[in-house]
Amino acid sequence: MMWGAIVAAQSRDTSGGLTKAQEARAKLGFPPTAFWTPMTVHSTAKAFKRNAVRAMQDEKLQRALSHVRTNFIAKRQSAVDKLPEFEALRDTARDIKNHTLAHLDLYLERYEAKVTESGGHVHFARTAEEARAVVIDICRRLGAKTVTKGKSMIGEEIGLNEALEDAGVKPVETDLGEYIIQLRGEIPSHIIAPAVHLNRDQVEADFRRVHTELDPHRDLSQPTQLLAEARHILRERFLAADVGITGANFLIAETGTSVIVTNEGNGDLTQTLPKAHIVLASIEKITPTLEDVAQILRVLARSATGQDMSVYTTFSTGPRRAGDPDGPGEYHVVILDNGRSAMLGTQFQDMLRCIRCGACMNHCPVYHAIGGHAYGWVYPGPMGAVLTPSLIGLGEGGNLPNASTFCGRCEAVCPMKIPLPGMMRHWREREFERHLAPAPQRYGLALWGFFAKRPRLYRPATRLAMWALALFGRGRGSVPFLPFGAGWTSHRDFPSPQGPTFQARWQARGKQGKSS
Amino acid sequence: MSVARDEILATLRRSLGVNGVEAPRRAAVEDRLARSPSGVIPKRSQVTGAERLALFKRQAEEGLATVVLVPDAASVPAEAARYLRDSNLPATLRIGDDPRLAAMPWETTALDVSKGPSGGGDLNALSHAFGAIAETGTLAMVSGAENPTTLNFLPDNHLVVVAAGEITGSSEELLGTLRARYGKEKMPRTLNLITGPSRSADIEQTLILGAHGPRKLHVIVVEG
Repeated sequence: MMWGAIVAAQSRDTSGGLTKAQEARAKLGFPPTAFWTPMTVHSTAKAFKRNAVRAMQDEKLQRALSHVRTNFIAKRQSAVDKLPEFEALRDTARDIKNHTLAHLDLYLERYEAKVTESGGHVHFARTAEEARAVVIDICRRLGAKTVTKGKSMIGEEIGLNEALEDAGVKPVETDLGEYIIQLRGEIPSHIIAPAVHLNRDQVEADFRRVHTELDPHRDLSQPTQLLAEARHILRERFLAADVGITGANFLIAETGTSVIVTNEGNGDLTQTLPKAHIVLASIEKITPTLEDVAQILRVLARSATGQDMSVYTTFSTGPRRAGDPDGPGEYHVVILDNGRSAMLGTQFQDMLRCIRCGACMNHCPVYHAIGGHAYGWVYPGPMGAVLTPSLIGLGEGGNLPNASTFCGRCEAVCPMKIPLPGMMRHWREREFERHLAPAPQRYGLALWGFFAKRPRLYRPATRLAMWALALFGRGRGSVPFLPFGAGWTSHRDFPSPQGPTFQARWQARGKQGKSS
Repeated sequence: MSVARDEILATLRRSLGVNGVEAPRRAAVEDRLARSPSGVIPKRSQVTGAERLALFKRQAEEGLATVVLVPDAASVPAEAARYLRDSNLPATLRIGDDPRLAAMPWETTALDVSKGPSGGGDLNALSHAFGAIAETGTLAMVSGAENPTTLNFLPDNHLVVVAAGEITGSSEELLGTLRARYGKEKMPRTLNLITGPSRSADIEQTLILGAHGPRKLHVIVVEG
């Protein structure tokens, strides 16, 4: 089985040299792999293996993760079963994004023109650093003391909260899950359920630690009581905030509109009440028309939470207009690149179709076992395993594409039909080519490759290996220890060969066929 | 135009192997924006009349809203009063400047009705929807003095009036009426599509209503 996977990896395209993305980066004067590494939120993706081991030994985490396995999968399935057109909609959703990506420069220009026409401002940011600077400039100009924030993965990617604090502006996360992890000084462990790694009692402990102005003897034994407390505390923050920052699920080129999708209503209070609304989005959020958004919305909520529609889908176009009694006085959109423009035209372009529903991680056996934090950076699960090396470099995130059993469930449930396992394979190939894989693995593969390319040597060598393995496993049918194979045998036995090699059997079968 | 903008566009074009002035690419973009093609419309939304109304009610209730049908606009105040009474809520209501609401006989009820956006101190609000989508039981609210956006989110209990004739089957049909009202390539400042009351499942995946927005959503459909 292991060799089968290696053969598959070897037989794929392994052309050398710089990719288009690397060339583009080189032309911009940046080293090929580390365009944005120092400018984004800190990564521990390099320590993935250690993180994963720790996660599997964490009993509280394991208890919390059991909810992912049961709830998300069943809810999605039930929503999908009720919509006969779901598969057809996946195709249209994929086609819409493919068309958009192929014309992204033109749609971006149109989007910018339409936002400006409606009285809003578009700010382009090449890097996380530029995006942070835009936000901080707006906050300073408005004399902002506190900002409320709706959930934004771009906000996480650029490490905005820390930068705001350094600039003397207090950021308040308002999505319940984000609020909880902000109190704990953590990053999200899931892209739509940021606190999915926590249990109720942990949240209770955090609320008691932070909300010291409240009665210490209050009852917080029920999730409803915790939510009520967060609602009460955050309501004051909403009303006091000077600036509101949200993400965006879509930016519509036709009308210059940004769209957010939430269930709590926190995003709406965040953007409606303060003096200014800042939208954080990345370039691939562009969608051509309102109808195109309607198509993708039909697969988004179903894939994410198993709802037909999320509770609040909000379309925002420009600032408060003449005669409006409420709404933000200023409307800004920060459009972040941070390496994405260089992903176009590469093997990783399809990743830019991602709508951040979380279905891939909800269905991933690796995510189920270790949760999101072990991935070490902002985006966990299969989509993170593909995106992280693109954004922070293979040297930093190269371990992540190995965090896969290649079971294919992520691709099977992805509403945008992104070939996630295939792209993880591409990364593994590059990791091998650039000598980033651990030495034993590299030399092992090289040795195997030497024989695989020489069939006359390969056959006797495998016969010899089979004989040795059979000898090791004699009498038990399995091998309890393999030299250089402790990674396998310390957890389970390696099955010993049953009879001759596949090629020997195939040959024998061919001869039989001819004689009969 | 900023350096960042130009450089991002230049990288995009280099990656795509284009220069941005190719006529066929520009035509493809203009064509899509002009035609806004519809794609796949679920069959279940393709119903009319009583069937459409029933679909809206069923879907809205699945989203945990409550739905009541009244025969005409004049019956709305009495239904609002009844709902608040039966829910043990104070007889107060915050509404906007919508002329359709102003024409209703509020004086026939004991409701204390005040006008304007919400500053956070209102327990109950009532708005008139622009329309609704039967396919998903979704209300469509547009911003403005008639129905301030704050009324959709700050009060604990939100009552929404929608005319049965303005309920469309699919979201695409609703977008069509929106374009007819605001013009091609134009949008109201805010369009809120609302499907049920506010909720969160962020603590142990337990679904709880009333996260930051309204705890209750009551829809009054005017049939006449």
